[in-house]
Amino acid sequence: MSSRTTGEKLVYMANQIATFFESQAEGTRAERVAEHLRSFWEPRMRDKLFAMMDNGEADGLTPLARRGAEIWREFGKAVLAHSEEE
Amino acid sequence: MKDFLIPFDGPGGTGLHDDRDMGTPASTSTSMVTLSIDGFEVTVPEGTSVMRASAELGIEVPKLCASDNMAAFGSCRLCVVEIEGRRGTPASCTTPVAEGMVAHTQTSKIKKLRKGVMELYISDHPLDCLTCGANGDCELQDMAGAVGLRDVRYTPGDNHYDPSGTGARSQAEARLRQPVGINNPQFIPKDDSNPYFTYDPSKCIVCSRCVRACEEVQGTFALTIEGRGFDSRVSAGTKLDDFMTSDCVSCGACVQACPTATLQEKSVIEIGTPDRAVVTTCAYCGVGCSFKAEMRGDELVRMTPYKHGKANRGHSCVKGRFAYGYAAHKDRILNPMIRDSIDQPWKEVSWDEAIGFAASRMRGIQEQYGKKSIGVITSSRCTNEETYLVQKMARAVFGNNNTDTCARVCHSPTGYGLGQTYGTSAGTQDFDSVEDTDIVMVIGANPTDGHPVFASRLKKRLREGAKLIVVDPRRIDLVKSPHVEAAHHLALRPGTNVAIVTAMAHVIVTEGLYDEEFIRTRCDWEEFQDYVEFVAEDRHAPEAVEMLTGVPAEELRRAARLYATGGNGAIYYGLGVTEHSQGSTTVIGIANLAMLTGNIGRRGVGVNPLRGQNNVQGSCDMGSFPHELPGYRHVSGSEVREVFESLWNVKLDSEPGLRIPNMLDAAVDGTFKGLYCQGEDILQSDPDTKHVAAGLAAMECVIVQDLFLNETANYAHVFLPGSTFLEKDGTFTNAERRINRVRKVMAPKNGYADWEVTQLLANAMGGGWTYTHPAQIMAEIAATTPSFANVSYELLEEKGSVQWPCNDASPEGTPLMHIDGFVRGRGRFIRTEYVATDEKTGPRFPLLLTTGRILSQYNVGAQTRRTENSRWHEEDVLEIHPHDAETRGVRDGDYVRLASRSGETSLRALITDRVSPGVVYTTFHHPTTQANVITTDFSDWATNCPEYKVTAVQVSPSNGPSEWQQDYDAQAEQSRRILPAAE
Repeated sequence: MSSRTTGEKLVYMANQIATFFESQAEGTRAERVAEHLRSFWEPRMRDKLFAMMDNGEADGLTPLARRGAEIWREFGKAVLAHSEEE
Repeated sequence: MKDFLIPFDGPGGTGLHDDRDMGTPASTSTSMVTLSIDGFEVTVPEGTSVMRASAELGIEVPKLCASDNMAAFGSCRLCVVEIEGRRGTPASCTTPVAEGMVAHTQTSKIKKLRKGVMELYISDHPLDCLTCGANGDCELQDMAGAVGLRDVRYTPGDNHYDPSGTGARSQAEARLRQPVGINNPQFIPKDDSNPYFTYDPSKCIVCSRCVRACEEVQGTFALTIEGRGFDSRVSAGTKLDDFMTSDCVSCGACVQACPTATLQEKSVIEIGTPDRAVVTTCAYCGVGCSFKAEMRGDELVRMTPYKHGKANRGHSCVKGRFAYGYAAHKDRILNPMIRDSIDQPWKEVSWDEAIGFAASRMRGIQEQYGKKSIGVITSSRCTNEETYLVQKMARAVFGNNNTDTCARVCHSPTGYGLGQTYGTSAGTQDFDSVEDTDIVMVIGANPTDGHPVFASRLKKRLREGAKLIVVDPRRIDLVKSPHVEAAHHLALRPGTNVAIVTAMAHVIVTEGLYDEEFIRTRCDWEEFQDYVEFVAEDRHAPEAVEMLTGVPAEELRRAARLYATGGNGAIYYGLGVTEHSQGSTTVIGIANLAMLTGNIGRRGVGVNPLRGQNNVQGSCDMGSFPHELPGYRHVSGSEVREVFESLWNVKLDSEPGLRIPNMLDAAVDGTFKGLYCQGEDILQSDPDTKHVAAGLAAMECVIVQDLFLNETANYAHVFLPGSTFLEKDGTFTNAERRINRVRKVMAPKNGYADWEVTQLLANAMGGGWTYTHPAQIMAEIAATTPSFANVSYELLEEKGSVQWPCNDASPEGTPLMHIDGFVRGRGRFIRTEYVATDEKTGPRFPLLLTTGRILSQYNVGAQTRRTENSRWHEEDVLEIHPHDAETRGVRDGDYVRLASRSGETSLRALITDRVSPGVVYTTFHHPTTQANVITTDFSDWATNCPEYKVTAVQVSPSNGPSEWQQDYDAQAEQSRRILPAAE
């Protein structure tokens, strides 16, 4: 197990989170994945995951995990834009 | 015996700390009865004994066999009284009061009777008072004085105390039990087999208090009165047993109960009787027992359970009662130490140098690698105040949220699961609640070993008739022990908890056993309907999951029906629930079950996480998690941050910090370089040891603050000596949210309390802190944390303890949560889909390893291994089923190789059918075993709590320690070298 890289672990963890929310009622599953990631993941974990997604290194992400991560990224951009406007 | 007790409760006091033995238990009746005793009128609850009513008046009726923590026995005949209108001289302990009763405790007839009784007792007692260990603390001595016994008229004859006697009784017994040279067949030599107390039968008056304490208080039934008449004597086990080989669990209840020196602490025999006592809180498990630290000068003579302790109600276990010797152990490090790199020996330095070195290194790392390159780990063994300061160090001094705690690896899923469903991250009940429980469901916990004092209270309720359901892969002691037997033992396959709790919900829903009124009034109805639709699916039926859980469907159905319909149902759970890849989901499932059946919001019910370490609850409350400020408020909330920012005068980070496993990953990746670790030993306690070691080795500054050079310290650059719970003031919060005082009974042997060390380090890094007492830290906690708003040391002195929330809405605390509504408003049902762990068995690793703890050792064993408790558990062993052992050629006691995908170790095998075929079990108390070399880095989906409870392994015969163990021992030995301080 310890042979897994941090990147592999992040993909695995994101998929675990998505698997839980996959079982919940339809409608806001991806948003709830995003909210969970936002609430518990430290920025360098987030940045690494986004970088892997951009570099095609996160193919192991399930569709829901990927969608949740993308929502999280959009939310972060919105927050950043809002803070820059201020 | 004692000159004074802290907190003092002298004349005019509240009575809260009145330590007198009232003779018999208090009656719980609400009907009151008025009677006259010795001319004084007293009104007491119906059912009160005349003895206790007298005590309420301040009249102490002489007694020997009575004690207020056990039922009246009426055997010593010393407490006789006269009651007008009644014949004879009834025992006051067994005689209940009656309206209008007129009793007399001191008449000429009674005096004569008592003196005669005492004369008989003393005629068969060694009169060695001056050299007796109980001199000055002996009820027999006190009673002889109380009744005015001045001489004994009987001539010496058959007795139990004179080894040279020539009595002719029971020669067969003499041959069996006595060494050569002892002529008195009634004399039995002292049994000093127990490391903590002696049993001297020659001083026994056969009052049966020890036997009754073992039965009624502890619930072990290890003691009995063997023989009849003059041959009667206390016996542990069979005639061939001594205390050590018997079933005795060394809880100390018998020693506490003994009115003579028959059962006596060895520490008292060695040191003498104490002259003062300080009430404090045990530093072991999450029960949080109150103890009196009984002192002579600054030497701890003994720890005795405090009768007014609201968690333990006067009871104790072998750890809290006896295993405190580590505080003065030779291994303890008392001087600060530093080194440039971990391959160097340690160098003893002054506090100033050590703190300066640590501060300089940490600031240097931040300058080179960024503000977020360092972090802290708070300790669940330290006080709330100390934990609060360590997380404050990260947030206010380091400038990041890189703070985590050992709850990460135990109960973090409890925080998530209960937070999501009920709105608060804590158990719902107090321990007293179990007294009103009808159905107890224990899931993934082993209370008799992990939380023994609560287990005793639980077993008492079970003996009174409550029913028990155990959900555990192992046949834990609760499943079947004297006078306790589980109605259902669901011996599930490790890793299938979610399937089990969901199947139970399926039965409750599909058979219409749910409490619709409760759900409609207290929970979100739409979410309930969604949940019903989910659990009612056939795939969740017990029959559908039987193949994967291994639990017979009909057994599960009957257990679910019992929980739903048997009356007040309470769930108690432990790390067997949380330490899984679906730990949080199981906690949610448990919360669902309680809501489904309306088992929330009153005594006798609820969801009760049994916390592992003494202050796990407190460390979580204090903001140790990287995403939450104190009081479980997310760091992203600007209003919450502003509370602390204005007080601390710093800008706080609004994004979550790293959790422990993330810290280690980041360290391996090169972005996390410095760690301040207080009171935890992550190298031994955390999973996947090789990865933990790699993470620590990659850091440039690891600061370990601990009592001992623990395993983590092998990778440290700075060692700051820690203080024990005896050496500092503070508070611990136990599993029932009870905030208990920890009181300093001696000066810190290392020079500073832990909170002072943290302050030194913070100030060396520019913190500017000015605390002079932990009470000030608690005042800051109360000022910033709504659930602690009313908590103060003054309130704790007054009330003894309080349970949070303690604020204007609940000025004296909250024993039961969610009485009128859930903290989050409406209770939330959440679907619990079972997802199999990815840690799978296969041809290479066909067995499932699960881990746990045993009674005598505690966590990584740093404390208990340095006490005589190791006599009960000298090494970790591997429990393996006879079938699995046989197919592998393993015999009992053989060294075996235990291998997983993560690593391998060796330990001895214990063949037992306590585990099911296909499952093996071990503990992680000993560093030589390094059981966590085996465990993997799989973790809970929501919290990263490691999956300790499921590891696929193979077991095979071995010749001894593995290569890893040998290498590790060599590395540890090298790392622990200490250079003497420079002249």
